[in-house]
Amino acid sequence: MVFREFRLSGSGGQGLILAGVILAEAALKDGKNVVQSQSYGPEARGGASKSEVIISDNIINYPKIEKCDLLLALTQKAYEKYIDTLKPGGVLIKDDNIKETIKRNDIDVYSVPILSMANNGLKKPMVANIIALGCICELTKVVTKESLEESVINRVPPGTEEINRKALHEGYSLIKSIKRKIYYEA
Amino acid sequence: MSKYLIEKYYRTERLPHIWCPGCGNGIVLKAIVKAIDNLKINKDDICVVSGIGCSSRATGYLDFNTVHTTHGRALAFATGIKFANPKLHVIVITGDGDCAAIGGNHLIHAARRNIDITTIVFNNNIYGMTGGQFSPTTPTGDKGTTAPYGNIDPNFDLCELAKASGATYVSRSTVYGVNMITKQVEEGIKNKGFSFIEVLTTCPTYYGRKNKKGDAAEMIRQLNEMTVNINAYDKLPEEKRENKIVIGELYRDTREEYTEKYDRLIKSF
Amino acid sequence: MTWENVRLMQGNEACVEGAIAAGMRFFAGYPITPSTEIAEISAAMLPRVGGKFIQMEDEIASISAVIGASLAGKKAMTATSGPGFSLKQESIGYAVIAEVPCVIVNVQRGGPSTGMPTSPAQGDIMQARWGTHGDHSIIALYPSTVKEVYDTTIKAFNLAEKYRTPVILLMDEVIGHMREKIVISKKNEIKIYNRKKPSVSPDEYMPYKITDDLVPEMANIGEGYRYHVTGLVHDEFGNPTNNSIIAEKLISRLINKIENNLDDINEYEEYKMEDAEEAIIAYGSTARSVKSAIDILRDRGRKIGLFKPITIWPSPKKKLEILGKNMKRVLVVEMNMGQYLLEVERILGKYTEVKGYGRTNGELITPNEIVSFVEEG
Repeated sequence: MVFREFRLSGSGGQGLILAGVILAEAALKDGKNVVQSQSYGPEARGGASKSEVIISDNIINYPKIEKCDLLLALTQKAYEKYIDTLKPGGVLIKDDNIKETIKRNDIDVYSVPILSMANNGLKKPMVANIIALGCICELTKVVTKESLEESVINRVPPGTEEINRKALHEGYSLIKSIKRKIYYEA
Repeated sequence: MSKYLIEKYYRTERLPHIWCPGCGNGIVLKAIVKAIDNLKINKDDICVVSGIGCSSRATGYLDFNTVHTTHGRALAFATGIKFANPKLHVIVITGDGDCAAIGGNHLIHAARRNIDITTIVFNNNIYGMTGGQFSPTTPTGDKGTTAPYGNIDPNFDLCELAKASGATYVSRSTVYGVNMITKQVEEGIKNKGFSFIEVLTTCPTYYGRKNKKGDAAEMIRQLNEMTVNINAYDKLPEEKRENKIVIGELYRDTREEYTEKYDRLIKSF
Repeated sequence: MTWENVRLMQGNEACVEGAIAAGMRFFAGYPITPSTEIAEISAAMLPRVGGKFIQMEDEIASISAVIGASLAGKKAMTATSGPGFSLKQESIGYAVIAEVPCVIVNVQRGGPSTGMPTSPAQGDIMQARWGTHGDHSIIALYPSTVKEVYDTTIKAFNLAEKYRTPVILLMDEVIGHMREKIVISKKNEIKIYNRKKPSVSPDEYMPYKITDDLVPEMANIGEGYRYHVTGLVHDEFGNPTNNSIIAEKLISRLINKIENNLDDINEYEEYKMEDAEEAIIAYGSTARSVKSAIDILRDRGRKIGLFKPITIWPSPKKKLEILGKNMKRVLVVEMNMGQYLLEVERILGKYTEVKGYGRTNGELITPNEIVSFVEEG
């Protein structure tokens, strides 16, 4: 499966726009073409927030995503709002607190304890976005780990490099620990 | 002396000016160039900026760098000029409508920043250029073409406004006392910060005629009668203070000037 | 291509990078979505290069300060969005008549009025042309990629300096906020144009002299060339006048200094036009959707291409006429209800069929929508 279009969703303040920027920058470092964009409402915190990334070997013209190949959902609200925008055969990575209220048989679902790892494991709620990036990278191989780490370090606030690197590695491990047979080649 | 000043500082080919007989604007203008002459500032280093209205036409007659801008925005243009080249002495000539109504916001914020601009308001209590409409400084009850039954708006004390907004030099004078205007403009230019000078002047054509104030000479006499110097005012008994307008140097403060502050920021890198 | 020159950059950020590369050393602005990042990034970058940033008290003050700074010799820019662009119009006219080079960025959002602050639109095409009162010509540019934002901002400054005129740089929320790859040009690859300085002594200087190229030499305030700048109609010395002959000379010079130089000012991109029988005209973010649509339509055997004006005003008249003569059909797709369509109809409507597709609901027009429009229309 070719992962081209990524939609990262959650609530405002969860750092999803930053996550999109980091993913896009990592892909750029790998020599890919990328477009990152977001749509947002007037509120800075709370509300539904999403960030979109297109990664391709070809030139990207239309910069928006209608249906995505991979959906990340960190809140129930975001999950319910965007689950229908996932293509058939697509992948949903959701926080494990989210209840699957809308059943879809045509997608792969990965339920990952992203928020509890951030809150309880690492005791840094703000690194949930980076854990999620680790999951996406390990699962899809859409970017190399080297580029992703470089990009994370480049974009996070000075002084938080170590905790973010740790968060990334927790993301790699969390998704690997989920007993699923299917792994994707980029 | 007048001839010397006119030949040195006026664009004589632009004269005669458009102001009516009896208009006080010429008196203020002469006081300004006198102040500049006293301070011996090179003409190339002076930029005079004005807005729209009778007083703002002054820039056209002066042989400095002159910018006649849009209505109310002289201080915003002047802020750009001063900030871009802090070596310039920037003087703003404006009127009561230009400065206190359409340009009121810019006055507040230029004063708040304490940017080194000397603002001289020619306050004639009326919109003269458009034919006599009441302005924010038209006294309550007085008439204008848009206040045919008397003005119901309270009028502004511009010096209090400038002081409250952060100006570091505030003064008021009238066209009755030319030397006081000159002195105040000198002090305003010397003050490294935002200086605000309100000059009460006469518009016999519109304000005077509408309100039966008499001819120009009579109006100037009235300006003298209704004002009192701040030093004398303090000694006046309460009952005699009523309805008196205080003139003189009203306020001074020392605060770091805006462009100097920003230059410190640039130097910190 | 070295890694240092390759960056992931937002459109608004590329605008500031381009401006600084072009020599911008003064920015005055007021916060407004979706252009605010341009002010924020200018505030961070300018003092580091010895430039000045000031947040003014309102939109009108911002453009006024920019004009003042330019008169004092700085390359100056302001950035805004719909409502702020409306507020700046009077002063843009001042910059036109007083011939003050400056750049006004308008990152378009949904309108009218407060409209949809966080959504894209292309509703200010006509406001860019005719927003200020009175007869005049104007230059307005509109990039559609982040790299183009960088290059076009440099071009905006160059044209402003070369023709002594305000230049409007149009963007939209999509272009302003999207991030994509940009290869930053090396310093020696960037062509910079600076205003013509006086070639005569102050005694002989006429700030608004009618020269062959119709662009007068410009002295900066404080350089010893004292002259009068005014928004009134003025003679060659800058002195106000009501003389109708002088007025006509001035206004026609202001128009002709731009309209006589269309080949220099007009820039456009063509996509798959070589064998095209039909053309779509689109600009800004919509041009990106059109390119994707053309790829789909080409796969289905349709001979169709894109004509993308980067210079929106003045119109590429000659080029549009050729399109009108050669195309079976010309379609205009834009995020408004038919603004540029009017101009296209005016210029080439007599030669061929012209149809427009527009939408103003705050969403970028999709490639599939365009495909349906072309196939059904």
